[in-house]
Amino acid sequence: MTTSHTTDATNWVRTEMAPARRPPSSSIGLVAWVRTRLFGSLGDSLLTLVGLTIAASVIWSVLDFAIVRAVWTGADGEVCRVEGAGACWPYVTAYWNQFLYGRYPAEERWRATLVFVAFFGLLAPLAIPKVPAKRLNALLFFVGLPIFAYVMLCGGRFGLEPVETTRWGGLLVTMVVAVTGIVCSLPVGILFALGRRSEMPIVRMLSIVFIEFWRGVPMITVLFMAANMLPLFMPDGVEVDKLLRALVGVSIFTAAYLAETIRGGLQAIPKGQYEGAMALGLGYWKMMGLVVMPQALKLVIPGIVNSFISLFKDTTLVLIVSIFDLLGMIQSSRSDPVWAAPSTGTTGYLVAAVIFWIFCFGMSRYSQWMERRLATGHKR
Amino acid sequence: MAAADARRDGGRDARPSVVWYNDPKWRSLFFQALTLLVVVGIGWSIVHNTAVNLERRHIAQGFDFLSTTAGFDINQTPIAYPKDASYGRAILVGVANTVIVAVIGIVLATIIGFVVGIGRLSHNVVFSAICTAYVETLRNIPVLLQIFFWYFAVLGLLPAPRNSLQPITGWIFINNRGIYLPEFRFGGFAGWGIVIGLAVGILAAVVIARRARRRQQATGEQFPVGRVATALILGLPFAAFAASGFDLALVPAKKSTFNLTGGIELIPSLIALTLALATYTASFIAEVVRAGILAVSHGQTEAARSLGLSHGHTLRFIVIPQAMRVIVPPLTNQFLNLTKNSSLAVAIGYPDLVSTGGIVLNQSGQAIEVIAIWMAIYLGTSVLTSLVMNTYNRRMAIVER
Repeated sequence: MTTSHTTDATNWVRTEMAPARRPPSSSIGLVAWVRTRLFGSLGDSLLTLVGLTIAASVIWSVLDFAIVRAVWTGADGEVCRVEGAGACWPYVTAYWNQFLYGRYPAEERWRATLVFVAFFGLLAPLAIPKVPAKRLNALLFFVGLPIFAYVMLCGGRFGLEPVETTRWGGLLVTMVVAVTGIVCSLPVGILFALGRRSEMPIVRMLSIVFIEFWRGVPMITVLFMAANMLPLFMPDGVEVDKLLRALVGVSIFTAAYLAETIRGGLQAIPKGQYEGAMALGLGYWKMMGLVVMPQALKLVIPGIVNSFISLFKDTTLVLIVSIFDLLGMIQSSRSDPVWAAPSTGTTGYLVAAVIFWIFCFGMSRYSQWMERRLATGHKR
Repeated sequence: MAAADARRDGGRDARPSVVWYNDPKWRSLFFQALTLLVVVGIGWSIVHNTAVNLERRHIAQGFDFLSTTAGFDINQTPIAYPKDASYGRAILVGVANTVIVAVIGIVLATIIGFVVGIGRLSHNVVFSAICTAYVETLRNIPVLLQIFFWYFAVLGLLPAPRNSLQPITGWIFINNRGIYLPEFRFGGFAGWGIVIGLAVGILAAVVIARRARRRQQATGEQFPVGRVATALILGLPFAAFAASGFDLALVPAKKSTFNLTGGIELIPSLIALTLALATYTASFIAEVVRAGILAVSHGQTEAARSLGLSHGHTLRFIVIPQAMRVIVPPLTNQFLNLTKNSSLAVAIGYPDLVSTGGIVLNQSGQAIEVIAIWMAIYLGTSVLTSLVMNTYNRRMAIVER
């Protein structure tokens, strides 16, 4: 019997697993990380060292300018005009209110502040998915807020002093242009997105022409067009406010881009949804409004936020048609003889860059987070 | 059953009997007619108002103004712009300047974008962190702000011409009026020789590449096309240059009392605009490239390796062709964006299409015509590009399974 040999006492069989040995210390932990991720080869090591040098010098030159060599206090630009002075912070303190409100009269600034507060107060609960009453919130944000902002900022009603738009400026104008742009362009964009997917050839063609025309030209030319041609288009005696002209240009421009974003969302909705809605006996508008659009819009929230980011950055372009947004205020104040110094402009640009960066980076992070959050619901 | 019977009974008339105003066909016609009517109405009222307004302001219509003498200076004229040049000529100079910025910007942005985009995927932590920081910083700051930064805060603070920085003393001058590089003056034969050599080299390389591909498909034998082509394209012009006895004179800019004359002059607004546009657009191109590479599944690389392809061949024949299919459409979009953003030149006075056009607009008052020219040129570029892109996409789609 050959099988009996296997149970022979001379054949030794391990009854339990051998204890796992620790991996070599060079392949785990910090050492391995440094070896593989930083100094994997000669070229890699060189890249690491050069990269560290570049990063350090960039970070140091910014810190050196903004903190180490910076001038912190002073009554005028004299202190900043000394050789080797860094950032001129007293200039920023002196002009801070103008960066925020432009030439808005000082005693009326509380109205602009109130609009800012209302804006962020309504935006925050709208952006956080867990907060209830989204419908009411959206209604307040997209309808209530514009009316409130219009009454508060323009004045002339309820005993409020009228303030001309030529006195508006700074971050206030940046926000007004950006928010008006998105609020006005969203419905227009939806209409043109639907038009482009319509089965009626004339409607479809008109939508395509509209969308592709505005997407094909630079925003500057659109602003020039709004500034120079809009007054010509109006009937005799109708004067259009300069800011309003820019707003019209910005809104039309953004609407074309939003239409394409929303069309992407419409295309992503499966045909069964349309058929299901039709089988229920819904007409076109009910089908779109109750079934298709809510799903499509939800899908393209990240796209809309991205459009908003580009719009927010593009608002700086209004300074070319002499409307003083945040960057425009810095451009006009950096050459003020009281504060003019080699570092004044750079300081102003640094402030503007930080403000824009915080807004845009925050929004892009939000859009990425939203994308991940929405994606989970659509995985099969 | 009843329904089926009813349908059979109505079989003579296949269309369901609805009132005409509920018939989708009539409704669609009605709504389209209505839309057309509204659009035509708005259009007519705009045209009418404009005509009335122009009449009142005594502005002539039409493009006759293009032949009027311009009478303003342009500080960068790639094509001849004499003192008595017309408005049309000025706009043409603007177009040429736009093309210059767009071409240099696109080349720079593509190089930086690809390096940064691939760098973000590098296993080297320092390098990928720097690339990430680059992308996240630059694309979240308005490009106009970046243009101002380069123009006013960097180039504007350079020393006056008298105290020019000279990286290579006597040859390169950097000051707040621009960068002055030495001019390349080729002798008559050397100049033409290099051009002809380059043309012949490119032609020969194309022919060789075709033959090599055909031979490889027929016999499987490979031919080092890349190396031979490089040698031809670089070697032939160099040979022609050598045959002329290296007939080249480098002429640096000359210092006069207040300024520098001669040499190749790069004006500050050109440098600021190109740098800002290139670095800004590069941050978007980097994201496009990264997404394209990530879109090629890792299985493709593994399959190629298990077929015995080397690392280089895997990249060249498997990964890059597939990544390019994802990268190219958004990449051309970025190129178009850069071209359109070059219109921001107007903010720092670089004489591009919009800048020169803006001066013409202000001097002549012909707003409609000038804006129409702008729109036509930019729109033409966009439409042309998207036509080319559609063709490209269709060709790529055939390869797809």
